[in-house]
Amino acid sequence: MRLNQLSLRSTGVIDRIEALSPSDAIAQRLNELGFVPGEPVTVIAFGPLGGDPMAVEIGFTRFALRCSEAARIILRTPQGEPVA
Amino acid sequence: MSGSLPPLRIALVGNPNCGKTALFNQLTGSRQKVANYAGVTVERKAGRLITAAGRKVQVLDLPGTYSLAATSPDEAVTRDVCMGVYKGEPAPDLLVSVVAAVNLRLHLRFMLELRQLGRPMIVVLNMIDAIQKQGLAIDVPRLQAELGVPVVTTIGVKRGGAQPLLTALDDPAPAAPAPLPSGTDLHDEVRRILSLCVARVSERRQALEDKLDRWVLHPVWGMCILFVLLFIMFQAVFSWAQPFMDLLDNGMKQLGDFVGTLLPAGALNSLIVDGIIAGAGTVIVFLPQILILFLWILALEESGYLPRAAFMLDKLMASAGLSGRSFIPLLSSFACAVPGIMSTRTIQNPRDRMVTILIAPLMTCSARLPVYALLIGAFVPARHIGGIFNVQGLVLFALYGAAILSALIVARVMKRRDTDEHPLLLELPNYRLPGLQSLAVELWQRTRIFLSRVGSIIVTLSVLLWALSSFPAPPAGATGPAIDYSLAGRIGHLMLPFFQPLGFNWQICVALIPGLAAREVAVSALATVYSVGASEADAASQLTPLLSSQWSLATALSLLAWYVYAPQCFSTLAVIRRETGSWRLVIITAGYLFGMAYAAAFLTYHLTRLISG
Repeated sequence: MRLNQLSLRSTGVIDRIEALSPSDAIAQRLNELGFVPGEPVTVIAFGPLGGDPMAVEIGFTRFALRCSEAARIILRTPQGEPVA
Repeated sequence: MSGSLPPLRIALVGNPNCGKTALFNQLTGSRQKVANYAGVTVERKAGRLITAAGRKVQVLDLPGTYSLAATSPDEAVTRDVCMGVYKGEPAPDLLVSVVAAVNLRLHLRFMLELRQLGRPMIVVLNMIDAIQKQGLAIDVPRLQAELGVPVVTTIGVKRGGAQPLLTALDDPAPAAPAPLPSGTDLHDEVRRILSLCVARVSERRQALEDKLDRWVLHPVWGMCILFVLLFIMFQAVFSWAQPFMDLLDNGMKQLGDFVGTLLPAGALNSLIVDGIIAGAGTVIVFLPQILILFLWILALEESGYLPRAAFMLDKLMASAGLSGRSFIPLLSSFACAVPGIMSTRTIQNPRDRMVTILIAPLMTCSARLPVYALLIGAFVPARHIGGIFNVQGLVLFALYGAAILSALIVARVMKRRDTDEHPLLLELPNYRLPGLQSLAVELWQRTRIFLSRVGSIIVTLSVLLWALSSFPAPPAGATGPAIDYSLAGRIGHLMLPFFQPLGFNWQICVALIPGLAAREVAVSALATVYSVGASEADAASQLTPLLSSQWSLATALSLLAWYVYAPQCFSTLAVIRRETGSWRLVIITAGYLFGMAYAAAFLTYHLTRLISG
């Protein structure tokens, strides 16, 4: 399951980031922003037009991601796990 | 002086939203210099301070970044300065790594990346006051031991909150930290340090963000909140600024009149009154709009709302190939493109910023309204269609619509060659109350830049235009308007063959020249050419019957179409030059606006003639 498939206010744990190419700057930036394996992510909101972009919380930080960016993030557990 | 401690150059480095700017404003107050780094449009903010021990410190506020793997020009500046390889910028003696105590997990990773550079550094644990709210406690001595560099705590938004950092600057420079073995996973290292130094002392309380974001990011309520905020902003810029602008405008006119009576009539009098004072007036009159707009934008930015607005509008702006960040500069440009273009600084992506600057002049600014009002009043019947829609109102609406549509097309064309995926990846920072001192410092910086950089270009050009319109003086016994005998008049006549295909007569061509200084001047210039009343209000009322009898409908509509693009605003071009540091972009803007204006006016003129026979 990918982050963009997660429903509102549910949480998933990051399994890995999928780089679309060997030099995928967005995948690299996601890593630097703390989207790393083992971190729980919670969906806070979806954008008003077509549910894109989405807002997520990771740790104490909230980020807005376009769904194409969120699709690079593969989740470990389906959903429903509470934030640690 | 004290002599014992040599001057020090420090650089503040940190993630976006670590409170670095507030800290910088706190440290240096008004002793700041804002310029651009050589060759790039990245803002270089430097300031000075003197510590308690009398040590002089030069502070550089580097652009915020998440990592040293730069993805934009401002991040590249930060990387190069930190590494000491930026051309023309000596390596700082001390790196001050600012980390927000409330966001250690993210910010410590970048701090560790900086530490790997092996340069002398200290860590500033900022926003330390907010840490209890999160129910956390930080063991600062332990953190210092684990990081191997001095750690001080600050509260950037509180007066005196930077004192621990100031004290630390008087200490002898810390030794450069030994880098971690290469291949160390920085995320793992952060987790290890956090587990040792940060303890949970009470339930987590991120209640404010949770509660507010439920409303602010809500698909329906969030849009309502955004709409109300934008409505108030637009009102403030568009109408609340008006009395102040009128006041300044009148003040400058009275100053001109007063100075005019002091000096003997003649060229010097005219130069000072009509050239310099009137030119400075054009500049100063923008100030209320700029101050109100910037106060509003800075407050939205500092409070953490602006990125959320960008989130709400991202999809809409993506249809033009832009991101949500472009919305507010474009909206402000409806009042005036000058403050609108200045506010594009909040757009991080340089290409998005450039396209936004390019299309900002297409947002119909308030200076075009007097021209629209005059021509619509003279040529469009005040009839109603279907009992509801006023034809004059419909034409005005169509003019605004045509401009927006053109902007969308231009943005799409500009972004067409751009196939890279530009990420949104926008941090939604915690909500916080904007610090008043920081707001005041930022506002003052913007004002100063506008008055000195943009102002000087506008005043110079105004004087030039004054000279063109005043010399040579009409010969004795001349009957026509004075401007007709001047260089501007001659240029107007020379322009005629070029503009005749648009249906413009020589009077319009002549009026276009003083209209370079400000679009609305074209109305009073037309009045001058037709030798009617001089003041703007008189001009409009006396011109209306005159124009409707002398011009064809096709000519009037053609001039309206020309003004949708109105490529002749020097103030806009001056601010583009200042904001981008490039004449190339100025030429591109002027060129494409001119081309579109010409094409639109040409089509309008000939279509109207075809239809109306």
